[in-house]
Amino acid sequence: MELTAEIVVFAVFSIITLTGGVGVALTRNLFRSALMLLVSLFGVAGLFVLLAAPFLAAVQVLIYMGAIAILIIFAVMLTRGMVTARRVMNDQWSVAAVVALFLFAVLAVIFVQVGQGESAVLPLNPTGDPPADGTAALGQALLDPAQYVLPFEVAALLLAGVLSGAIYIARDDEPDEPSQTRG
Amino acid sequence: MLKEALIQAGMQPGWAAFIDIFLGVLVAASFGMVWVLFGIWVERKMAARVQDRIGPNRVGPWGLIQNIADALKLLTKEVIVPRNADRPVYFAAPILAVVGVILIAAVIPFSPVVIGTDLSIGILYVIAVGAFGVIAVLMAGWGSNNKYALLGAFRVVAHLVSYEVPMVLALLVPVMLAGTMSMQGLVREQHIWYIFAVPVTAFLFFISSQAEVGRAPFDLLEAESELVAGYNIEYSGMVWAMFYLGEFMHAFFVSILFAVLFLGGWSGPGAEQIPFLGIVYLMLKSMLVYFVQIWLRLTVPRVRIDQLLAFNWKFLVPLALANVLLMAFLFKIIPTPDFAGAQAIATNEFAGVAGGIYRLFGPNQIAELPRTGLLLLGNIALVGVTAALLGQAGRRARRQVEALVDETDYTPRAEGAEHTAEAPAAAAR
Repeated sequence: MELTAEIVVFAVFSIITLTGGVGVALTRNLFRSALMLLVSLFGVAGLFVLLAAPFLAAVQVLIYMGAIAILIIFAVMLTRGMVTARRVMNDQWSVAAVVALFLFAVLAVIFVQVGQGESAVLPLNPTGDPPADGTAALGQALLDPAQYVLPFEVAALLLAGVLSGAIYIARDDEPDEPSQTRG
Repeated sequence: MLKEALIQAGMQPGWAAFIDIFLGVLVAASFGMVWVLFGIWVERKMAARVQDRIGPNRVGPWGLIQNIADALKLLTKEVIVPRNADRPVYFAAPILAVVGVILIAAVIPFSPVVIGTDLSIGILYVIAVGAFGVIAVLMAGWGSNNKYALLGAFRVVAHLVSYEVPMVLALLVPVMLAGTMSMQGLVREQHIWYIFAVPVTAFLFFISSQAEVGRAPFDLLEAESELVAGYNIEYSGMVWAMFYLGEFMHAFFVSILFAVLFLGGWSGPGAEQIPFLGIVYLMLKSMLVYFVQIWLRLTVPRVRIDQLLAFNWKFLVPLALANVLLMAFLFKIIPTPDFAGAQAIATNEFAGVAGGIYRLFGPNQIAELPRTGLLLLGNIALVGVTAALLGQAGRRARRQVEALVDETDYTPRAEGAEHTAEAPAAAAR
């Protein structure tokens, strides 16, 4: 295999992603573990760029790094007592190992099949060229009644429900208010 | 050019492209750093004038070299690290703060040809890299192992993350008008500056970008009087200077972004023919925005954290939502301008006076005029409704205050009540 710039960049981002992932699992300090998660997510964003999907990369950075990871870090900072785990708190590691091995096997089968170009699970793009304007196509597919508008709207509804549920749970219960109106 | 030369010299095309891009990145990244040396001088001089002082005037003519001296001083200062600091996190934070800002430079269109990379998702990219700033402050606050630093970092989530909401909603409007997220596309589609078509959006973006930069009146992250210095309290020397550098570059880059989004970017007479003129125009427009920014910074006192959040969630976000909905609705019902027709009149030699007018102001600009006017009317209506609602809220607040005053035996009611009641409404405006 010829060493092109693309392969070098791919290797760099793969190493970033994997280092981050290993770091998340191995670091005892919860805060650093959350930071390693950021590193891993950043590597994935780089891989998206390499796959000519800049929109996905930007969304990856915006949502996963900018929102979800920051929420995790914030939660970690508010729970100072358990930042450094002194002992392994997971009693179910054997079950987790079996599940992880199973997942690894499934992924390995899929990747080997894709590598040989004969996957039934993932239909491959025959030309190998990414679409010219993927972002516009994505937007149209999401709002096209013939395609994904229903799942899109259902997801929006679900998020709205989650949001109001979170507000309901987090709200302070004031004792002097009549409580029978609350479900 | 460099790419072709390297390929001719026998280099692989992939590597040649890589080196070409790498050098471009280097130039784009250094631009901000060099500019800061000058920008800080401008700001210090201006701050001095506002506060009736002279400002830097000893090193070099008009104190121009003062900042280079300051930079040298900072470079040679000792970096003191707290003993219990989380060292890797502590040192990664300032680097991330600067990198997150420099990344914006990659998509700024300086002229028709000078741009780092014209991403098809330019605007989204700018918002995405903003996340690095938040992470950097969180890391600095945590890594320093200091209660004030941590408090500053806690404020970040409440402050930066919530002001992202009106900013993104404001950015939707220019993207909608231009039909593209590419920065170059936004400049090209902007036949008449968007600030004339959608001033409310421009206002929303300006306010929320000020908050994103974190300068007065929104400098709660490092409020000296409450948090000593906030998240960067434990930083010294060059490590501290990197936060400072990041903040200055960010302040200037959001000015450039404002100029690109609402003031037509590099466009101006002759900019298409002579690319250098484009840079000059963009810099002039950005400096104008930067001037307003500094002026605001130097004259408005810092807001409290509850005021900051109330202003965002109770005023900016509802206004931004109403604005996006109204603009989308208007944009749909207003017919698309007839650019081809206007072009035809401009090139028609027999059109007489009309042709002359079309050639003088540019056919696209004339064609765009009705739409701009109608959008402007929509904006004026929006401002009217907002002012009415604010007035109502103000009156309600006044009644509450008056009821309070009535209960006590404080006699000079009328004037005192009026002042206190007007204050929240005036602050919201």
